[in-house]
Amino acid sequence: MIFVTVGSQLPFDRLVRPVVDWARSRGRNDLVFQHGGGDVDLSGFQAHAFVGPEDADRLLAAADVVVAHVGMGTVLTCLEFGKPIIVMPRQAALHETRNDHQSDSARELEGRAGIFVAWNEQELVALLERAAELRGGSAISSEASPELIATLNAYIRAPKA
Amino acid sequence: MSARRPRVLAISSRGGHWVQLRRLARAFEGCETVWASTDAALAPRVAPERFFKVPEASRWDRIRLVWMALRVAWLVIRLRPAAVISTGAAPGYIALRVGSLLGARTVWVDSFANAAELSLSGRKALAFADLTLTQWPRLGQRLAAGEAPKRGIAYYAGSVL
Repeated sequence: MIFVTVGSQLPFDRLVRPVVDWARSRGRNDLVFQHGGGDVDLSGFQAHAFVGPEDADRLLAAADVVVAHVGMGTVLTCLEFGKPIIVMPRQAALHETRNDHQSDSARELEGRAGIFVAWNEQELVALLERAAELRGGSAISSEASPELIATLNAYIRAPKA
Repeated sequence: MSARRPRVLAISSRGGHWVQLRRLARAFEGCETVWASTDAALAPRVAPERFFKVPEASRWDRIRLVWMALRVAWLVIRLRPAAVISTGAAPGYIALRVGSLLGARTVWVDSFANAAELSLSGRKALAFADLTLTQWPRLGQRLAAGEAPKRGIAYYAGSVL
């Protein structure tokens, strides 16, 4: 199963459309979409405008591959699950988000085990073609870096001057 | 149940901000942690610790923003936390502001997604937060272990990843 998710803020049809076109051309119906209220015809597929946190985690865990915008919740959860994820950044110029932070994060995340960045629709389809061979990295810990944990713990517990 | 444990309010929007906030949980060891976010479905994830739902609002919707600010302010006044920490966005920013007025220690952890510059909320938090952290070394000054942070400076001390 491939889980396609675009987050709760805005639809992202530029991602959903090529994925559903690809699935139809390949005769696949084992995709689940969380489309955020977009306009793409998803008949024949399991589709939800939004999913709650429990369902989102269940779908992420069940998926062989995840396709998503560069939302940190989805990305971090996939890394925790050791799940391969294809991400395509939203672009401010196309009114898909307010600024280009998704492209900034994508540049930083690109190359990390289990994360596959599609910079446009063509690259997205090319990655979907390879979906069966994409592998997640080893599951990461569910905690922030030890340095950040230690710094915050010491700071919060110290008496305020 | 020691009454001496400092109370920490950990607050963020749902989605990526929340997943990042949860990755900091161990930093609150030794504290009484109270969680708050914009999705009531997250409550079971922090049980038996307490959870409060706050309204969702972005800075583009004035009326909801005022309602959210009032609700968050009331929560902070009621809880009187010793420390308030947030990974973003709007509700966390308001909680930090109110916490700061009430003498709480305030910590802003800018989202991992802001890899090219601090978020707008993060830049505003710099003015009053006791500690502002970026998750990117090039966006902040290194905070050494035990160093007392200064207001108005963005520091780096690790990331949620």
